[in-house]
Amino acid sequence: MNATAQIFDQGEYNFAYLDEQTKRMIRRAILKGIAIPGYQVPFASREMPMPYGWGTGGVQVTASILGKDDCLKMIDQGSDDTTNAVSLRGFFEKTANVRTTYETSEATVIQTRHRIPEKKLREDQVLVFQVPIPEPLRFLEPRETETRKMHALEDYGLMHVKLYEDIAKNGHIATTYAYPVMVNDRYVMDPSPTPKFDNPKIDEMAALQLYGAGREKRIYAIPPYTKVKSLDFEDYPFEVQKFDKPCGLCGAEHVYLDEVILDDKGGRMFVCSDSDYCEERRAAGHVGPMAANPAAQQIGGHGTNAEEASR
Amino acid sequence: MTATAALAAGFADPVHDAQGCFRTIMNAMARPGTLQVLGQTHLTPPAPLTPAAAAIALTLFDYDTPVWLDKQLAQSESVKAFLRFHTGAPIVCEPVEAAFALIADPANMLPLASFNQGSAEYPDTSTTLILIGQNLNNADGVMLEGPGIKDTQTFETAPVPQLFWDQVISNNAQFPRGVDLIFAGTDTIAALPRSTSVTLKEA
Repeated sequence: MNATAQIFDQGEYNFAYLDEQTKRMIRRAILKGIAIPGYQVPFASREMPMPYGWGTGGVQVTASILGKDDCLKMIDQGSDDTTNAVSLRGFFEKTANVRTTYETSEATVIQTRHRIPEKKLREDQVLVFQVPIPEPLRFLEPRETETRKMHALEDYGLMHVKLYEDIAKNGHIATTYAYPVMVNDRYVMDPSPTPKFDNPKIDEMAALQLYGAGREKRIYAIPPYTKVKSLDFEDYPFEVQKFDKPCGLCGAEHVYLDEVILDDKGGRMFVCSDSDYCEERRAAGHVGPMAANPAAQQIGGHGTNAEEASR
Repeated sequence: MTATAALAAGFADPVHDAQGCFRTIMNAMARPGTLQVLGQTHLTPPAPLTPAAAAIALTLFDYDTPVWLDKQLAQSESVKAFLRFHTGAPIVCEPVEAAFALIADPANMLPLASFNQGSAEYPDTSTTLILIGQNLNNADGVMLEGPGIKDTQTFETAPVPQLFWDQVISNNAQFPRGVDLIFAGTDTIAALPRSTSVTLKEA
């Protein structure tokens, strides 16, 4: 077998790295988070063998729920093969020897950094978010004692003032990511720095959502089929980003697109941020306006074959 | 020290058995009122502790979680020895001090309000109650609504005290404070977090 399996077979770490007492502590925090949707449960976050900002919160949540029969998908900004996703997938292959996948529909646990897959998630899937700053009120009120009181008293006026100031300054709500939501008509929550494009997916999602913030030592959750409303005003309703072009490679519309620079002469294209979704569409024969462009082929065109082989 | 029977064994595979049991509890909590099948645990805990309740205890309890036992359980030295040895959890006499409460005689249980309800700032500090020996079904009973439930969910469990469902309704009314409930059947479990609202069956 490959080096990954050898490392697991050496048995130097407990299954999924964390010790059992730590897992129990995190599991209890997850249960409280599910029972109080949107409330940030403090937990004794551990130092992980990766720096803060790499998803230590998400990794601890994943390690605590993961079983040997799970199939894990790791995404970073929608992509399965960027640095963060590759590193963390390797971490769990080495410490838990679980099956991993690129395919959204095959995964039972999906850990994500800042995107929600375009494909609709199912009831038997769990979505784990990596969260940098879990407190939506933190940049408005730096004191934890105060923000805790504000959550207790459901005092969210400050958040509406912030959105109002956006409108006063820019003529529209200029917050585009980490867009605050109200969970089950009670707690204002930060959905992590996902683009606000993904906010409607959080609402009434069939899958359980778990959020882990390692440095800030907080876990929170949204159970399946929970009402999640993006904050807005009657005269300035919540709106998601719109793109005037389809994906350059697969031609998908109504998906979140990334800008890719093709050369130093101003060449660029917009492609699906969700790489698995884009590949699946191309495999099904969908062709985007840029797919024939040689520069674009270099980026998206190595296609599934090379990737399958490297897995 | 009297010659007590040999201590019953814990999980055969502590890592994966606890993980499997936790996922079952997590799914139960995330989908209130649904019956979740607990895999074979092979546990033989001293009565009145049941295998399902023992599996939940071994999965969630440790030295960080004070545990309160109801009268039936507290009277059994072998139950206390089992829990002390396998979990290390301190056993407390005051229900408000407990992170978890194990209840073997649910028909005569204390009112939900006697347990720790958590504070407005830290609602997560409340007690989680584990009711043992429940007969669960989804065919009839109260109607549940709230997070984790697509439309509505019918749920019935027995034995519970007469005013139990009224207590659950008041428990939900003080959300985010309140206790969470786990119902342990023979091989299935169900849960009722404080976020679930309950409508009583028309009499």
